[in-house]
Amino acid sequence: MSDPVTLRSRAERLAAPFPPLLAGARHLAGSVVLGSHGRRRPGHGDEFWQYRTAVQGDEARNIDWRRSGRSDAHFIRQMEWQAAQSVTIWVDTSASMRFASTRNLPEKRFRASELGLALAILLNQAGERFGLMGHDLPARTGELQLMRMAEALERSGPGGEYGAPVAREMPSRSRAVFLSDFLGDIAPARAALTEAADRGVSGMLIQVLDPQEEAFPFDGRTIFESIGGTIRHETLKARDLRGRYLERLAERKAELQGLCRATGWQYSTHHTDHPATSILLWAWSALERVV
Amino acid sequence: MLILGPIGFTAPWILLGLIVLPILWLLLRAVPPAPIRRRFPGVALLLGLKDEEHQADKTPWWLLLLRSLAIAALIAGFAGPVLNPDPRTAASGPLLVLMDGTWSDARDWPRRIERVEQALDEAARDGRTAALVVLTDRPEGELPFRAAQSWKAQLAGLTPAPWAPEGAADWAARLDGAFDTIWLSDGLAYDWRAEVLTALEARGAVSVFESPRPIYGLRPAAFEDGAIALSLTRARPEGAATVTVAASGLDPNGVERELATAELEFEDGATEAELSLSLPPELRNRVSRFEVIGTRSAGAVTLTDDALKRREVALIAGQDDREGLELLNPTHYIEQALDPVADLLDGSLSEVLLANPDAIVLADVATVPAGQADQLREWVEDGGLLVRFAGPRVAASDLSRDREEPLMPVRLRAGGRSVGGAMSWGEPKTLRAFDADSPFSGLSIPEDVSVNAQVLAEPDPELSDRTIASLADGTPLVTRKRIGAGQVVLFHVTANAEWSSLPLSGLFVSMLERLAVSTRPSQPDAEELAGTTWTIDQRLTAFGQVEEAGTLPGVPGERLAAGEPGPEAPPGLYAGEDRRIALNVVGPETSLTPAIWPARIPVEGLRTSEERSLAGLLLSLGLGLLALDVLAALWLAGRLTGPRAAAVVAALAFMPLGGEVRAQQAAATTDEGFAVDVTSEVTLAHVLTGNPEVDRVAAAGLEGLGQTLFRRTSVEPAAPVGVNVEEDELALLPFLYWPVTADMERPSDEAYAKLNAYLRTGGMILFDTRDADVSSAGGATATSRMLQELARPLDIPPLEQIPDDHVLTRTFYLLQDFPGRHREGTIWVEAAPPGAEEAVEGMPFRDLNDNVTPVVIGGNDWAAAWAVDEQGRRMFPVGRGFAGEQQREIALRFGVNLIMHVLTGNYKSDQVHVPALLDRLGN
Repeated sequence: MSDPVTLRSRAERLAAPFPPLLAGARHLAGSVVLGSHGRRRPGHGDEFWQYRTAVQGDEARNIDWRRSGRSDAHFIRQMEWQAAQSVTIWVDTSASMRFASTRNLPEKRFRASELGLALAILLNQAGERFGLMGHDLPARTGELQLMRMAEALERSGPGGEYGAPVAREMPSRSRAVFLSDFLGDIAPARAALTEAADRGVSGMLIQVLDPQEEAFPFDGRTIFESIGGTIRHETLKARDLRGRYLERLAERKAELQGLCRATGWQYSTHHTDHPATSILLWAWSALERVV
Repeated sequence: MLILGPIGFTAPWILLGLIVLPILWLLLRAVPPAPIRRRFPGVALLLGLKDEEHQADKTPWWLLLLRSLAIAALIAGFAGPVLNPDPRTAASGPLLVLMDGTWSDARDWPRRIERVEQALDEAARDGRTAALVVLTDRPEGELPFRAAQSWKAQLAGLTPAPWAPEGAADWAARLDGAFDTIWLSDGLAYDWRAEVLTALEARGAVSVFESPRPIYGLRPAAFEDGAIALSLTRARPEGAATVTVAASGLDPNGVERELATAELEFEDGATEAELSLSLPPELRNRVSRFEVIGTRSAGAVTLTDDALKRREVALIAGQDDREGLELLNPTHYIEQALDPVADLLDGSLSEVLLANPDAIVLADVATVPAGQADQLREWVEDGGLLVRFAGPRVAASDLSRDREEPLMPVRLRAGGRSVGGAMSWGEPKTLRAFDADSPFSGLSIPEDVSVNAQVLAEPDPELSDRTIASLADGTPLVTRKRIGAGQVVLFHVTANAEWSSLPLSGLFVSMLERLAVSTRPSQPDAEELAGTTWTIDQRLTAFGQVEEAGTLPGVPGERLAAGEPGPEAPPGLYAGEDRRIALNVVGPETSLTPAIWPARIPVEGLRTSEERSLAGLLLSLGLGLLALDVLAALWLAGRLTGPRAAAVVAALAFMPLGGEVRAQQAAATTDEGFAVDVTSEVTLAHVLTGNPEVDRVAAAGLEGLGQTLFRRTSVEPAAPVGVNVEEDELALLPFLYWPVTADMERPSDEAYAKLNAYLRTGGMILFDTRDADVSSAGGATATSRMLQELARPLDIPPLEQIPDDHVLTRTFYLLQDFPGRHREGTIWVEAAPPGAEEAVEGMPFRDLNDNVTPVVIGGNDWAAAWAVDEQGRRMFPVGRGFAGEQQREIALRFGVNLIMHVLTGNYKSDQVHVPALLDRLGN
């Protein structure tokens, strides 16, 4: 994670094997901007999509006479539906994300940034608009936006111990992607999600966790400190805590999942010891799925 | 010193430190292990969780135990623990160290000396004077008490004697003064033991040391029923045991070696073990002694004398024409007499002479063929014993008539005489008593022996000297003449009962024995030995070693007959006039009885319990426990996880093995590496000759050839390798260049086996003597001789000079000659089988020689012509100017052809037939 250029190139590499990502636009009327990429369905657009036989109720001016002249039936010429979608990405860059249990694993923040940027690149290729939450980067498209986003992710210092999304930065009826470990207080996340749902924003939560956070392989007398050093917990027998910690972690996941189900968001967990492509694939298909 | 059971402490007050252990226990219990600080983002989830158990804030009991044990081990270690402490009670007054010093002591003599040293050390420490007495070598007069330490210098010079002490009781009775005694007994009972013990006890305390090692006595070997009977006795009957007995002697090369071994089994409770050892006569006669393996003692060795030797006697009869009349057979009675005691040889004279028998008996043989007579005479001069019997044939012949035959002791008168027969006067003659100087002296003459006929000796000045038995009327019956080291004995009667009744009597057998024709009964009795004097030839030491005796005074026969070795008659092999007698430590009747000591005498086994300091052991145990504690503490604190734990385990597991494993891996990789290297590409190889210059040129030559091949052909060889025919695997290489040097070392047999396998399975060797410039005149050079030497064990087929149409001339280039740096040499290749010359359908190529020739031999020094240096420049000039460069070019072409030949086999020779075959198919 030396400079934005390498981060960008790594992200490019990650994004390379994917077909252009096409974000669904459920609430087209609110924030539809005609984009240059078709939706592979009939609609408003410049590109020819298909001929179809005219049925009762079609306007006569829509009939393509040149095509109809070659056969007995009447045909209507349809255009491909083209739309652009804005996606707001939130990458948690707080202190708790600056953690990697072993030297071989990337920090959670790095993995999250990588994922976020990869999504941005895919969106860029698909002609969608994307923005980075919390860095004053409203949804735009283009290489410059990508560059800015990479730079912003790179520059961002640790805010607090745990990060929280800012719901007001999301344009209504847009899409959003939240990348965080969601280990801190869940109230801000809940509030953001609720507000997002209110504003018609749908999206996904990706919980990025270190494998150590899943396994809790500790034993003996231990003082646990948060990365920022502000929170501390001492135990005399760490092994005894394991069961209860895992229980709490599962509760947290279930809570997030429930929250997502209630708001119509997608939820997934990613571990830094797993390859990033699988989660990117999932994110891509999740953006696709929500039409 | 504090002594607790078998352990003593030199610094017992340090043990007080053990008191702190309970305090330490409490202290350690109170202090929990230090916490680890961990950064963990999930800490927010942990907030509010309470520890369910509060155990971990105290050290677990097993860790406490571990630490306490470690501390206890350290404390005990510093307290100077000693195993088997020696609680010496300081005694005073002089100390007598008494050793039996017999052959039985010899079995563990160094241990005894050690024990004496220990006793002397103790005495020196206590300031006592000491005297050291070996009973078999006693000092006369007063006991030589002096400073104990001064005896130690003499210990190394002490040796046991191979006999039992004599007069010990008298000696002990003469002792006076007060002293304590340590008596190192040899473990056997003697009649003087009790007296000596009483005498010593009168002077002071007596303690006895005895060795628990078994005492074996090997009885003299006897000859029974055609086999050697061995009998072994032991002192204590407890326990079953298997004892190996070896027969040693000179082998045919005159080297002393073990000729046979046998095992004797002692049953539990038995003191005797018997064995019957059957050996071939040749081997049996070579046995000079038997010994119990693993026991160094004269009692475990028995020397063999003539009693065990069976003499080889050849019987030659004059004429065997009277078939079926066994009792008239000239040799029947001799056979009967000798068969039980000697090994009889059959066959013609020339045959038996080859076997070099001890004695040859000629029964009524008048003439010996001239050639064999000389051989026979030589054999007699070398120490053979020729015994001749008269008979009708001798009497009728002119044998030794006019002048004395070399192989006859006397001249004979014509016809002989017969007495007491139907046609003659007088009574059959009886024998006169034997003279004292006759070998037969002392033999009693049976009444019924009578002589009816005999051959008569011509009167002669020497006749009386040569007569060793005569008839009552004074006519010689047996005459003897010495020739060189041997002798010729003539019985003037027949060997059968035709002329006399002598062969029917027991006297005949005794006479043969006395003449050493047959073996004597095992042990001569005192009567027989009376008045004789014997000199010792080889002596037996107490340790059971046989050594040359040097010059010692003679021993009277009576002393030998007693069978008791002593200082004046040491055990060994004694030589008399005509035989050797062994005097062994253990006789046929000797029985070994263990010494029995009264209960009041403390008897200690020789095994001295050694003091052993346990400090090192305990200290290392303590440190080991502490190290374990480090690991345990780490584990307990949760720091021993993942790779760190694996590293610790691996380090522990591989610590002692590391070096070995690495060495094995290295060996494996180099071996495998060689195989992979030479097989992954075509590799040209040269044999390392040991001459660095030749090896360098060979490598450079193959490098140059390889470059040429690379440029001109599809063969792209890797860098050449030098192979050691002894070690490297040859089968992987297609081609070997072997420069022959005159001083090359001959490969071993294993290397030749490998080379032969290589040649048989399709390898090719190019032998280059590198001397074609001097050898072309036809002379054999040093290197060509070396080549012959090298190639002799190789499976090389018949060779011929390379014919003009050989496939080598056309495998790549068309060549007519094969120059290297020299161009005169002839090239030899495998000869074509007969008939191969026939041209097939007019084609000028041989079609039978389609295998690759396994060897190509020449002397043109090809490597020098091919050689290039690192920059790719030619290393050696070839010829002069353009012609020289042309020669080098041809040399390179020869190399190319050769490698093509090796790699393609018969493909090239087949190839020349292809046009013809196509032509035929087309038609």
